[in-house]
Amino acid sequence: MLSSLAGVLFDGFAYGMLLFLLSVGLTVTLGMMNFVNLAHCSFAMVGGYTTVSLMNQLGWPFLATLPAAFITAGILSIFLERTLYRRLYRASDLDQCLLTIGIVFISIAAFAWFYGTEQQSARVPSYLRGSLELMGMSFAAYRLFLIVVGLAITGILIVSLEHTRFGARVRAAVDNQRMARGLGIDVERTFMLTFALGGGLAGLGGALAIEVVGLDPTFALGYLVYVLIVVAVGGLGSIGGSFAAAVVLGISDMAGKYYFPWLGAFLIYLVMVALLMWRPLGLFGKR
Amino acid sequence: MANVNVKPLEAVFWLCTLLPFVLAPNYLSLASQIAITALFALSLDLILGYAGIVSLGHAAFFGTGAYAAGLLAKHYWTEPLSGLLIAALSAGLTGYAMSHIVVRFRHLALIMLTLGLGLLVHEAANSASALTGGADGLQGFRVPSVLGFGFDLYGRTAYAYALVVLFLCFLISRRIIHSPFGLALRGIRENATRMPAIGAPSRAHLRKVYTIAALMAGIAGALLTHTTSTVSLEVLSFGRSADVLVILILGGAGRLYGGIIGAIVYMVARDQFSGINPQYWYFWIGLLLVAVVLFLPNGILGGLSRFSRRRT
Repeated sequence: MLSSLAGVLFDGFAYGMLLFLLSVGLTVTLGMMNFVNLAHCSFAMVGGYTTVSLMNQLGWPFLATLPAAFITAGILSIFLERTLYRRLYRASDLDQCLLTIGIVFISIAAFAWFYGTEQQSARVPSYLRGSLELMGMSFAAYRLFLIVVGLAITGILIVSLEHTRFGARVRAAVDNQRMARGLGIDVERTFMLTFALGGGLAGLGGALAIEVVGLDPTFALGYLVYVLIVVAVGGLGSIGGSFAAAVVLGISDMAGKYYFPWLGAFLIYLVMVALLMWRPLGLFGKR
Repeated sequence: MANVNVKPLEAVFWLCTLLPFVLAPNYLSLASQIAITALFALSLDLILGYAGIVSLGHAAFFGTGAYAAGLLAKHYWTEPLSGLLIAALSAGLTGYAMSHIVVRFRHLALIMLTLGLGLLVHEAANSASALTGGADGLQGFRVPSVLGFGFDLYGRTAYAYALVVLFLCFLISRRIIHSPFGLALRGIRENATRMPAIGAPSRAHLRKVYTIAALMAGIAGALLTHTTSTVSLEVLSFGRSADVLVILILGGAGRLYGGIIGAIVYMVARDQFSGINPQYWYFWIGLLLVAVVLFLPNGILGGLSRFSRRRT
């Protein structure tokens, strides 16, 4: 019982890290720039398919494809930001929602066209496949890897958004565009880079998710809900909040699947609705 | 109350809805699907177009109505009109219960909550498979006739049934939005803080219209059950909520005919395209959505009225 509990906690924490990696980009764009980007998981899907293509067709090693997934998704989000999103920064929530749902539909059909609808796989290298024995319990190496990457990204983001000049510029541009312009901050460029960062992180999350949850064209809709829950529950724009929300969600989802399998995802949605009713701005929301 | 008079164009439009009986008898089942979808979109228009409540979970009420009608027909009796009534009541009750939550929020929290509530109902139906049949859906019942007219293979009765119900619900909606209550709703949509200040009980109004919309969506769901004699879990899915939103936006939200026009264009296009390539149908829907948001902010009807105003 105790060891199964520890196993559930470990798996749930690793799963939470994965959810965090998938959603932290949205925390940045939705939370800081107030853009309702429902197409976030489409960027994740782009990252995932980049990894699959590079590994299976060009024979790249897994670790080398991760930066490529980040960069591809980042470049794509710069392109979309320049052509579509920037026109809607001041539009209503509904318009932003609709535009990005449109992009989700397009991406699903496009990937189904190029890759087919079957599950894709990317074999991770052997040193990530086994498991580590520690104190009589075994920890899957890939999950440890996920946890390490998740913690590293959290650290980098908190430092770069809260303690660097770039982070200060982003926050200034979001809080008061006119004032920021007056101070000589290039708001357009800052927004573009923020968007690229958000999209790129999604791409990285998508690439890392293949091993755990698989990849097919419906990924863009299937994981959207989880990502939105993390961002909304954690509090918009709060990286620490998203981290906490992702961990709670990951562990409770794993525990739900393990102890109450008949409930399905019901528990997760119930928790989400209850939390949103209790604190509409999220657990750590400030505004 | 100046707009209450029936305009000639409206009469022509409703006469045209009878044309499928003569011109396209092979497409009557599609026509009844369109009428049902139009009713569903009309119900969303009441809350989104007129009261400004964005909902990503409207299928919850459609599905509640569909399941209520299906369970009634399967376990008790198959008389459809009482089925419609009971389905409407159960969807309306669900809507009334949810309205207490929904009206307290706006913007992103509202979108997330409607999404969450919709998913919650979907999962509940999925888990309660003893009652709802779970992922297999509800089958094994057949509604034989409505008011003595048997449902035929061509779907003549089905279309007539759906069309009459749509027309009646349309008249009710038309009456609602031209009433002082409808005007108050538009006031809340335009400025949610000013309306309470001039004495309008804005939350009570929103609760009322949300319940009415849920009732109407439930009727649409029950119509689908009666005309197809099955209920699948899909009636509660996020896809259905998203589809109806697309349809309404495409036609033009905040206009009575927006949902109906949107449903006609969307369903006919889907019927034609899925003949070619069903898998990639969503590519065109996505492209259409992006185009509508960027170039036709008020939908087809908004674009048409702008065009005609420019001409004169």
